[in-house]
Amino acid sequence: MEAVLFFLAAIGALGGAIGVVALQNPFYSVLALIAHLFSLAVLFLMLTSAFVAAAQVVVYAGAVMVLYVFVVAYVGGGGEPVGRDLPNQRFLAILVAGILFVELSAAVLSSALLALGTHGPDVKPGFGDPAAIGRLLLEKFLLPFEASSLVLLIAAVGAIVLAGRKRETA
Amino acid sequence: MNIEWYIVLSSLLFATGAVGIVIRRSPMVILLCLELMLNAGNLALVAFSREVGNQQGQVFALVVMVIAACEVVVGLGLIVAIFRRKLSLDVDDLSRLRG
Repeated sequence: MEAVLFFLAAIGALGGAIGVVALQNPFYSVLALIAHLFSLAVLFLMLTSAFVAAAQVVVYAGAVMVLYVFVVAYVGGGGEPVGRDLPNQRFLAILVAGILFVELSAAVLSSALLALGTHGPDVKPGFGDPAAIGRLLLEKFLLPFEASSLVLLIAAVGAIVLAGRKRETA
Repeated sequence: MNIEWYIVLSSLLFATGAVGIVIRRSPMVILLCLELMLNAGNLALVAFSREVGNQQGQVFALVVMVIAACEVVVGLGLIVAIFRRKLSLDVDDLSRLRG
């Protein structure tokens, strides 16, 4: 049962990723990314991290992707610009990515992490739920938590400066 | 499912995102492919957190999500600014900063 769910979610995630890369219309790419994010949320749930899964669906697939859809609607979808490819660019890209995949997998799987071949240790029922993560965020990781809020604020101000209309009376 | 399946899936997703960044030329799609790579990293972080049996990796994944949101906001702001100036949205044409 668990294996079936894993492979369904994995196929969804991989299909979404390939859709993002292969679809010509940016609007469809965004939709494929949303499907990808939902599949990833299922995988997070299977790894007993409920809060990350919920944040993935609500914040990522909900809010960030809406931003993408707005910008695609503003800029206009349009096809991919026709460009000057290097000879065999696609083939080389896929080849290099295949090498990257093999290398990453080999590096992780041949490492000395003994628990990789297992399900991981048994965990208590509250593992990864909002209460546990919130306690970690506010106790052990308070400084990174506040720093990331500052980074978000700076990014929001930066986006307004970048995209806002210039005032005529400077 | 064993943890290694999740790790292999994560490296596969990362490689897919890398292909997208290399072969696409619309800056918006390149941002989407960056998201793919960040999410692959997230999956690996959560999988390792499950493997060790403590929740700190999930906090890292949340921080990565925050950084990804910032990157999206700034990147989309740049795209809107480029569009306003009527420059073409093609990474090959936007190469004035090239060394």
